[in-house]
Amino acid sequence: MVAPLLEVRDLSIGFGSAPAVVRDVSFEVMPGETLALVGESGSGKTITCRAVLQILPATAKIHSGAITFSSAGTSCELLSQSRRQMRQIRGNRISMIFQEPMRSLSPLHRLGDQVSEVLRLHRDMPKSQAKKLVLETFERVGFPEPARVWKSYPFEMSGGMRQRAMIAMAMVAKPELLIADEPTTALDVTTQAQVLGLIKDLQKETGMAVILVTHDLGVVANMAEQVVVMNKGRVVERGPAPAVLGAPAHGYTKKLFAAAPMIPEVAAPARAEGRNDLILDLRDVSKTYTMRAGGWSKPVTITACHEVNLSLERGKTLAVVGESGSGKTTCARIALGAELPDDGGEVLFRHDPDAEVVKIHDMSLRERVCFQRQAQMVFQDPYSSLSPRMRIGQTLTEPMEIHGLGTKAERREKAAEMLRWVGLDPSMLARYPHAFSGGQRQRLSIARALTLDPVLLVCDEPTSALDVSVQEQILCLLENIRDRMGLSYLFISHDLAVVARIADEVAVMRQGVVVEQAPPDTLFYNPRHPYTRALIAAQPEPDVNRPIDLKLVAIGAGKPSTWPEAFRFEGVAAPALTEVEPGHKVRCHG
Amino acid sequence: MMFIRYAIYRFITMLLTLWVVSILIFVIINLPPGDYLSNQIAELRATGQAEGVAKAEFLRTEYALDRPIWEQYLIWVGMAPGPQGWYGMIQGNFGWSFEFDRPVSEVVGDALWLTVLVNLAAVLFVYMVALPLGVIAAAKSETWVDYTAAFVGYLGLATPNFLLALMLFYYGNKYFDLPIGGLMAPEFEGAPMSWEKVKSILVHLIVPTFVIGTSGAAAMMQRLRANMLDELSKPYVETARAKGLGPSKLLAKYPLRMAFNPFVADIGNLLPAMVSGSVLVSVVLGLQTIGPSLLTALKSQDQFLAGFVLMFVALLTLIGTMISDLLLVLLDPRIRYGARGG
Repeated sequence: MVAPLLEVRDLSIGFGSAPAVVRDVSFEVMPGETLALVGESGSGKTITCRAVLQILPATAKIHSGAITFSSAGTSCELLSQSRRQMRQIRGNRISMIFQEPMRSLSPLHRLGDQVSEVLRLHRDMPKSQAKKLVLETFERVGFPEPARVWKSYPFEMSGGMRQRAMIAMAMVAKPELLIADEPTTALDVTTQAQVLGLIKDLQKETGMAVILVTHDLGVVANMAEQVVVMNKGRVVERGPAPAVLGAPAHGYTKKLFAAAPMIPEVAAPARAEGRNDLILDLRDVSKTYTMRAGGWSKPVTITACHEVNLSLERGKTLAVVGESGSGKTTCARIALGAELPDDGGEVLFRHDPDAEVVKIHDMSLRERVCFQRQAQMVFQDPYSSLSPRMRIGQTLTEPMEIHGLGTKAERREKAAEMLRWVGLDPSMLARYPHAFSGGQRQRLSIARALTLDPVLLVCDEPTSALDVSVQEQILCLLENIRDRMGLSYLFISHDLAVVARIADEVAVMRQGVVVEQAPPDTLFYNPRHPYTRALIAAQPEPDVNRPIDLKLVAIGAGKPSTWPEAFRFEGVAAPALTEVEPGHKVRCHG
Repeated sequence: MMFIRYAIYRFITMLLTLWVVSILIFVIINLPPGDYLSNQIAELRATGQAEGVAKAEFLRTEYALDRPIWEQYLIWVGMAPGPQGWYGMIQGNFGWSFEFDRPVSEVVGDALWLTVLVNLAAVLFVYMVALPLGVIAAAKSETWVDYTAAFVGYLGLATPNFLLALMLFYYGNKYFDLPIGGLMAPEFEGAPMSWEKVKSILVHLIVPTFVIGTSGAAAMMQRLRANMLDELSKPYVETARAKGLGPSKLLAKYPLRMAFNPFVADIGNLLPAMVSGSVLVSVVLGLQTIGPSLLTALKSQDQFLAGFVLMFVALLTLIGTMISDLLLVLLDPRIRYGARGG
């Protein structure tokens, strides 16, 4: 019987004199094994991990428990180690990767310096040898030009590349245990698939154990042998991954399962019907930005989107899906008139089937004020999109005040009604946003958008900042409201699975162009474009028998110039969108 | 290469700014009605001294004060010929001080370099005090170290400079035998540079440096502390901890580097604040800086003298800002690469 590499016994942690946030948590990690710590925000999973490395915030206190780390026949109790001894373990025998690769690396130091620092601290080796080892590690984590990475600063790289650099930093000293705290949550789904694949490969190679902290059961299914599910600081269920994922026993685990968004398995879809009553119509919309650099440097032109044609039928939901930088948000901003499209593009809007069509970028002042009432937006981050200094009542009545609607009493009545619509209590009008959870805040944002009785709602990643179970509720709410009020949605998301349930039409964007467009059923039944296929393949599913197909991801996730020949293009010289079957358009040659 | 190009670019923009500043200064000085000479003429007429009037009238034409203001400006700067031909600041002539009845350059003379010296010493003092105290206060935030540093700092901010000066003079003289007033012993004034003179100046500098620098140091210390505290909660600090870096090395390498930017950017702001803040102190301490001359010149509308002093302060400021901009480019790769347009 092999002894566990790490054994956590009855760990309780609290802040100050408040009740403990982690209570009696126990689990063990065997050498070479992956343990997934699953839970939503506030479940205590992150605090538990930091306790292992003793890098808790200064105000956190370990009330009781033991953390035993055993390797090479010796075992030590981490909680009773001196600070100096702990420093010898950190980064050397146990290392950690953090959630936000954007902020977890110092922007002022070169990557080579930051990564080789681990070796300088823990290995007594000459500089040249350390550099050689770091370059090898860079190569191992998938950097094509290690020497260039050595000299680069983090802000010169994309999120996925930074996370690779983080992994290199964590791996370079060949630790026995890697703690990965939501390592892929901030990444695009195709990048996530590749980074997860990388961690798995490295683990196979070095035989290290991994503690993977995540909220995503799909990630768990792809990575873990053992699962520990945490809720409100307690372990509610644990066991081997196939057992826990195959037949979850605890109610909370079941709830997580039910909420996990999945790409549905669909039968061949019915034929798409004709479309005539368009509420919003983007025609040949392109947007290029000119970046003016300081000094005498030449301005740089960046194409945010290129010849985008999108139309939204009244009462329906058009989803625009793409990764960061694909131009989806630019499209939404242009659709709302917040940005001007380049010459030649136009956006048509008809608020009522019988009304005149107006061009959004060519409106009179009166038309514009009207349009601003008819089209509203729900933003991504409910934490920063509500003013912390305004009571909810104020926030909800302000739009009506601006447009001079109703009397004060009527406005208040409307605000209260909207709160009921989104499932909150009118008695909350006097509160400030900080009294609400993330999901409640997003409900408030939706209520705010609804107070003007709009006909069009632009939702920019409305659920990305929320926990899965809350995400599920918000999507339900949005669907409900759309059907009851006859709204039309332009829905921006990076997540195909979220879009799958709410959209009537999906446009997949990549590098500023729409690469494939179809109703969701058609799209999932018969994805034609390699990028769409990569997106679908990269979506982790909470089923241990259906791992991510990294080959499919690799084919489509690269630059357009690396796509299979029928789809390949360089820069903005993309082939035309071709209708391959009624209602299903793909950007391909011939 | 990139850096040199940026430096040249920055230098040219500095000159352009200086030009705009010169216009502003000239306009502001000429905003009050009349000028030094017209005031004097009116006074002479009232007391019936006719020959004095003739001399003043002569000076008025000689220094083109009777011309339209834009012409006066061009002549002053040296971009148009005046009564004595092309003879303005660009040509190295700073005009005539009516108050002292001597050329401006003679009036200001040594005071220029002493001003630069006093203020440089004060800036150095500010940085040398604020840097360690600010870092320690942040690292030991909310402990007695932090509170003591804050208390001393606020005391420094709140004590009026001249009061501090008087106290320091008294006790400095009593216990350390420090000289009172002036920037050098009287026997060295006007004497050529010598080792003795340098020593005398250094000893005389102690109290003024302390007085001028204290409030700046206190303010900067608090700013650095706040910046450091912001940085300490950033994820990259946690990454460094997870690597196994020791506390002091970690502090110096990561958060301090980040918190350094505003620190460096302050060089430009610090100089003018000190020059103008030190006017009063200079008067009280009897320092031969340009501060007292500026005060007199402004009071009596001695426009060329005032204009020159203000131009000089503006130049100091602009040079300070340029230095801090160039330093920032060297220190922060994000700014460096931003300037390259990537």
